[in-house]
Amino acid sequence: MIKLFKVKEKQREIAENANGRAPVKKQSAGELRLNKDISELNLPKTTTIAFPNGKDELMNFEVTIRPDEGYYRGGMFVFTFAVSPIYPHEAPKVKCKTKVYHPNIDLEGNVCLNILREDWKPVLNINTIVYGLHHLFTEPNHEDPLNHEAATVLRENPKQFESNVRRAMTGGYVGQTYFTKCTC
Amino acid sequence: MGESTGRWRDLDKLLLRPGNIVSPNFEPGTELRDDLQTYARVLVVGAGGLGCELLKDLALSGFRNIDVIDMDRIEVSNLNRQFLFRLQDVGKPKADVAAMRVMERVSGVNIIPHFCRIEDKDLDFYSNFTIIALGLDSIEARSYINGVACSFLEYDSDDNPCEETIKPMVDGGTEGFKGHARVILPGKTPCFECTIWLFPPQVKFPLCTLAETPRTAAHCIEYAHLIKWDEVTTKSSFQFCFCHSSSACSHMLLIMYILFQVHSGKSFDADDPEHMQWVYSEAVKRAELFGIPGVTYSLTQGVVKNIIPAIASTNAIISAACALEALKIMSGCSKTMSNYLTYNGLAGLHTKVTEFVREKDCLVCGPGVLLELDTSVTLQKFIELIGEHPLLLLSKPSVTYRGKTLYMQAPPVLEEMTRSNLKLPLYDLMDKVAKDVIHVNGMTSKNDTKQSCLLKLRIVFKGIDGMTDMDMASGA
Ligand SMILES: [Zn+2]
Repeated sequence: MIKLFKVKEKQREIAENANGRAPVKKQSAGELRLNKDISELNLPKTTTIAFPNGKDELMNFEVTIRPDEGYYRGGMFVFTFAVSPIYPHEAPKVKCKTKVYHPNIDLEGNVCLNILREDWKPVLNINTIVYGLHHLFTEPNHEDPLNHEAATVLRENPKQFESNVRRAMTGGYVGQTYFTKCTC
Repeated sequence: MGESTGRWRDLDKLLLRPGNIVSPNFEPGTELRDDLQTYARVLVVGAGGLGCELLKDLALSGFRNIDVIDMDRIEVSNLNRQFLFRLQDVGKPKADVAAMRVMERVSGVNIIPHFCRIEDKDLDFYSNFTIIALGLDSIEARSYINGVACSFLEYDSDDNPCEETIKPMVDGGTEGFKGHARVILPGKTPCFECTIWLFPPQVKFPLCTLAETPRTAAHCIEYAHLIKWDEVTTKSSFQFCFCHSSSACSHMLLIMYILFQVHSGKSFDADDPEHMQWVYSEAVKRAELFGIPGVTYSLTQGVVKNIIPAIASTNAIISAACALEALKIMSGCSKTMSNYLTYNGLAGLHTKVTEFVREKDCLVCGPGVLLELDTSVTLQKFIELIGEHPLLLLSKPSVTYRGKTLYMQAPPVLEEMTRSNLKLPLYDLMDKVAKDVIHVNGMTSKNDTKQSCLLKLRIVFKGIDGMTDMDMASGA
């Protein structure tokens, strides 16, 4: 191999690399796969996606869910997605930007959804995650609680839970916690 | 001369004598040894446990032009195995100190340190090296360097890799008593991306287990790290709102201020000892609450940074294998290992070489499909062409070029943003380069079944050839 480089080195001295201009930006394999996921998105009609950093910066985006049934009907919930350059080897990092009274989402926006952590597989995609998030609003479950209080109320008193969700979504206190209005 | 033969006595046994298992173009002799010293330029990525070993091994193997890149500074905890560093070096850049120490001990070697992130260097920097040796502990960094090295690879019109564009890599990795050493010849042996599945995904606990039913010390640590850290910062800001609205005393504000000082409202930094100490003490509280034993500071570091204790002897063995492969690739003095060596010293000793195969359609190292186009072809026309192309038959394609989104079929918001590109010449959208790689994804129909796929295309524009035409293009 070294002989090749010896020749190449000599050539370089004669003429600078013909392919002169240095490419501006390289694309990671993760970015390519994400592009594919995005272009094949088939979102539920209650969901929209936005790219705050423009069309050339797709690795960070926001998904807004407006549930049309269940406890959270009429609400509007924004999730941020941060995708790694080694996606899909690693799941995207997803956080809920809207403060929500929900058994599976804590007040800091952490989301308990199995496919985001322990059950992530490279064959899954952004669409699967969006459907998973959507499902959390139609079927909140008290078995995987992140917000312990909300989970307890949902399990023991669904009527109370429903009114707590309403109060949180229209802006107000549930217990000690203040929620800002998130109905649309 | 006498000194030289003495010094290179062992190396000369490899470089001066013919053999039967050598590479076809091996030409033994002193000229080869001199050429290695003159023309081989090695880049060592990482100056940690493996990097220190690699620098020493390469220098002692006769390589004279070496660069080393590392963004870290020396910490006390490195000193047990990163043997080029001393107590008085703590706080200094690893690359600088490692380069200096090896140059002090091995005469004639020239090591240039680069104290920066690998992403800070441009492609021209990487193109200078004849071989890249990786001593890294992260998948992201490996994937990045792999992408850079493969970006130099060119294929001829028969889809054979052009020998002179191959940027060889040797990659080492260790985890405790286990390790691997591999040879990557892009276009010939599998690249890092071809076999990314070899790396086990990081263990992630369900958040609700961490929040509700911790069972192990690691659960308590991850709770403090992933959930508790954010909680304190935002709760304090809530107190701020509360206090503000009730126009209460100013010391509430002060409390909130101090709380913010602890975390400064910013995200967790695993390299900040204060942050780590905080996570440790919260994890201890959590463990006491649930009666779980075993939370220690070093376990906290291990879990949070996903560190497995490094073993000096494993680093030495893996590095030696990598340095030897580098010498073999460069000199041809022996066939290179094909292509992935695993080492396990956990119980007894087990070592094995596996020949992995390339992913034929690898987006990073594969040839892609060659397309010759006129410079006048618009993006719209290009999309029609790849729909009709017998090898592609790609319908509804989206197109990206070096991180620029040229056209997206969906979602509507992106389609709208990129629609105006359709009437522009592809040549212009590709910054008027004569040939380059472009990526498309869409649906392809094979045997009447529709399949989604992501493809690499090698675009060559007709009538544009190298520098003279580039000048013409910019002059026009
Ligand atoms: Zn590959």
